[in-house]
Amino acid sequence: MKPLILCLAALAATPALAGDTTPEALIATYSAEAGQPADPARGEALFLAETGGGKPDTPSCTTCHTADPTRAGQARTGKAIEPLAPRANPARFTDTAHVEKWFGRNCNSVLGRDCTAAEKSDIITWLTGL
Amino acid sequence: MRKFLILIAFATPALADSDYIAPVTDPLTQAECSACHMAYPPSLLPAESWHKIMTSLSDHFGEDASLPEADAAAIEAYLTGQTRPAAQMRADPETPPLRITELPWFKREHEGEVSRRALEKAGSMANCTACHRGAERGYFEDD
Repeated sequence: MKPLILCLAALAATPALAGDTTPEALIATYSAEAGQPADPARGEALFLAETGGGKPDTPSCTTCHTADPTRAGQARTGKAIEPLAPRANPARFTDTAHVEKWFGRNCNSVLGRDCTAAEKSDIITWLTGL
Repeated sequence: MRKFLILIAFATPALADSDYIAPVTDPLTQAECSACHMAYPPSLLPAESWHKIMTSLSDHFGEDASLPEADAAAIEAYLTGQTRPAAQMRADPETPPLRITELPWFKREHEGEVSRRALEKAGSMANCTACHRGAERGYFEDD
């Protein structure tokens, strides 16, 4: 019974996604926009960093997503956040509007500014390789 | 005395007897709010509170929860239409409450009810469903 409940909870926590893109397509688009190839090491460093430019309650991506994006994170509200790594959560990076919405919100929360196209391609490339 | 009783009635949300508080039924409101937390019942806050919350999403309790303007406006219209003005809820319309957890009835209801372990497990007092399993359907009975 309990596994069933957990499965249902996981389903409920995964947003319905339009599925208009793939991680690879997003990486290609952002890299082209940036005019440079993606670098997973740079993505990892940014993800794990505490840059101090954002809001005090969210000093780093890891505040909510943890330092292991193959596992679930937790919002400050206590709600579970599905893993970011596509290997652990195939729904990730398959909906352009969803990706843009959350980069928009979270880069501002953590960095106090928008992420650049290069930073987005770096982060997705790192997450896709996990 | 009678006036006092009426005030008490307004100060406590909905029906304390059945522990039922009408849940969000609007699909957009449900989807957007519940991305990060349960979509809290509109009647828990005065209309002025929802207005302030929905027009300050770029700093939503310490996080950026921005939405496209049209979505924010639609959600605000829904929420404010499902509750009462501050003046009818013993709140100041000029400085409406923003945190449900700071409302006097909320504190009263939860005082001594939540162990440190339970709070740790829930992650936050914002996580109603950790203890009230039926909260998303409007049922806030103790579990």
